[in-house]
Amino acid sequence: MKCEKCNRPATVHLTEIRGGKKIEKHLCEQCAAQVEGFPSKAHTPINELLTNFVLAHSGLAKEQSSVCPECGMAWADFAQTGLLGCEHDYTAFDKDLTPLLQRAHEGATHHLGKVPTRRGGTSVPVKRQLDVARLRKELNRAIEAEDYERAAKLRDQIRDAEGQ
Amino acid sequence: MELSDLTTQAGEWLRGSGPMSDIVISSRIRLARNVSGFPFLTRCTRTQRKTLEHKVRDTILAARLSPRTLYVDLESAPEIDRQLLVERHLISRPHKEAEGARGVAVGENETLSIMVNEEDHLRIQVLRSGLQLEEAWEQINAVDDQLEATLDFAFHPRFGYLTACPTNVGTGIRVSVMLHLPALKLTSEIEKVFRAAKELRLAVRGLYGEGTEATGDFYQISKQTTLGKSEEEIIGEFKNLVIPKIIDYEHHARKALLSERAVALDDKVWRALGLLRSARLMETEETLVALSHVRLGVNLKRVKDIEINKVNELFLLTQEAHLQRILGKKLEGDARKAARAEFIRQRLSAD
Repeated sequence: MKCEKCNRPATVHLTEIRGGKKIEKHLCEQCAAQVEGFPSKAHTPINELLTNFVLAHSGLAKEQSSVCPECGMAWADFAQTGLLGCEHDYTAFDKDLTPLLQRAHEGATHHLGKVPTRRGGTSVPVKRQLDVARLRKELNRAIEAEDYERAAKLRDQIRDAEGQ
Repeated sequence: MELSDLTTQAGEWLRGSGPMSDIVISSRIRLARNVSGFPFLTRCTRTQRKTLEHKVRDTILAARLSPRTLYVDLESAPEIDRQLLVERHLISRPHKEAEGARGVAVGENETLSIMVNEEDHLRIQVLRSGLQLEEAWEQINAVDDQLEATLDFAFHPRFGYLTACPTNVGTGIRVSVMLHLPALKLTSEIEKVFRAAKELRLAVRGLYGEGTEATGDFYQISKQTTLGKSEEEIIGEFKNLVIPKIIDYEHHARKALLSERAVALDDKVWRALGLLRSARLMETEETLVALSHVRLGVNLKRVKDIEINKVNELFLLTQEAHLQRILGKKLEGDARKAARAEFIRQRLSAD
């Protein structure tokens, strides 16, 4: 069977009931996409969109002089590839990265997840700091939701964590 | 374990079992990690890259993450083996195509794979069939702990786990599900899902990840945020707010098809089955499309003489590397299409 609109083979067959009348349509994928809104392609990967968006909005195109002392990566190099050169870049480009991270991560600038347990002795305080930050956030939410019972519990947990 | 052990059976992600597996094909979680003291891969010298690969490989094998862990050196592996790993979702396409020292470790039942020297030094992945995100998190978290006992991962108190691309920094987590949404496609309502996904900051991709088309009505939906939330929060929101909505849409579309357009639906399904059971030359793409319609027909009990597992397996086994591995020879062009058509006919008539 051929497409009603062009001569390509019809691969999309639609049956619609409109006002008690049966309407049949036979279309190829391309015409169906125009007529019926069938998506023929997947969306552009969001990472790509995101990177482009972030790069376009954070003034990366401007001349930047910061260079990472460890790996020699310049901020301008990052603007081109979207990939950093080493772990120390996060410290070297701290100020430039923060607004970019906010855009990419729904406004967040602080890690609130897992912490490696072996971090040369710093792990415990780091973990505790993060736990407190997370509890505070939950406390705010509980207050907003007027769940005072939960809020009281969280307040105690924060006190315990800070007092350790 | 040998690579050839993988060829003849379906990978974990297509086993078609697990909760909600009529719609949720698989659940996947990955963690991006880098080893402290080595530059990220764009800045590694060839020697550093090699040293790093050996160090990570040795750590993985010594950690005994699964009873029989397979490690494939991808720098020396032949094209067909690398393609096979892509088809099974054990490595990404960029990892297959890249150059230089790199590899992948695969756990015995293929739920675990660890890409070494991809965009980050380690990309740990757990892939399970059906909706099993919490189980996947439990598994991957344990693996991460075991590796961390030996490897010092790059970590910053404020930014979290440090990754080559800042879109992954923090938890380094990417949570995704592979959904089969044929009814939404047939009823042209798939755009609704795209719109909802966009609002919720989700990425929608095809069967083979970034930049691939949604062939066979498979859609990979993933959460992009990695910073400012704990892993459990990210997984919980995704699982409880996002996925049930999309599953509902698809169920609704399936019901609508059954009640309002049952003949058209049956026509789609049986036409597809007729094609698979009769055609003499089959291309990859049309195979996936036809299998998708048959899968819908089996799940809606319009087709009763075919097991869902058989359909699920065919999605994988008819792809080029699998087909050539199973038949034990290199096939190109029409010879490959003919071999594929014959293989499908045999599989679907064997009942």
